[in-house]
Amino acid sequence: MSEKKLAIIATKGTLDWAYPPFILASTAAALGYQVQVFFTFYGLQLLKKKPDLQVTSLGNPGMPMPMPMPVLLQALPGMQGMMTSMMKKKMKSKGVASVEELREMCLEADVKMVACQMTVDLFDMARGDFIEGIDYGGAATFFEFAGDSDICLYV
Amino acid sequence: MADFDQELDASGLNCPLPILRAKKALASLSSGQVLHIIATDPGAVKDFEAFAKQTGNELMEHKEEGGKFYFLMRKS
Repeated sequence: MSEKKLAIIATKGTLDWAYPPFILASTAAALGYQVQVFFTFYGLQLLKKKPDLQVTSLGNPGMPMPMPMPVLLQALPGMQGMMTSMMKKKMKSKGVASVEELREMCLEADVKMVACQMTVDLFDMARGDFIEGIDYGGAATFFEFAGDSDICLYV
Repeated sequence: MADFDQELDASGLNCPLPILRAKKALASLSSGQVLHIIATDPGAVKDFEAFAKQTGNELMEHKEEGGKFYFLMRKS
């Protein structure tokens, strides 16, 4: 059985959208895939040493709410922090792994993570902001791996 | 259920943790040894079948009892 390859582009930097790339990458690695994830734009937040990922219902009418709430109320100061802590509590109670835990499992399973150098520069971020063991590269770096991949996802 | 060499209790854990923990536990076994997995995630049944199919490890049997799922997996 030759090794299959999974390539993922992670572009989102919110708590909820941190899950698909890390869940798919870690699971694919467990199934024997060779995996590379390219983090660009807001996806870079997922590579921060101490990621402070938040969740918001703003612009996301699909988010289940404990009670109906007008959008203007959802925009009040403190709401985002409250929603984030509620989401984290719910995840913990349902046995859902934390983002850091899944990321650690990806690293352990040799999932290759590449930070987009252009967006690192664009947002004035420094390599010291990110976890160790990742690579930095551009679009051509992504295609070098993705061009040979069996599955390629944009998240 | 038949004899096993190691047990993994993944109760209370949700996707994809049971699979990831099982993968780790299997790595510490040698070929032919059997891992007993306990899970409460209803999605685990289909996932362990898919895991076995794709990794070549054999899902010897599985059963549900009292809201828990039990699996025996033989390392390839």
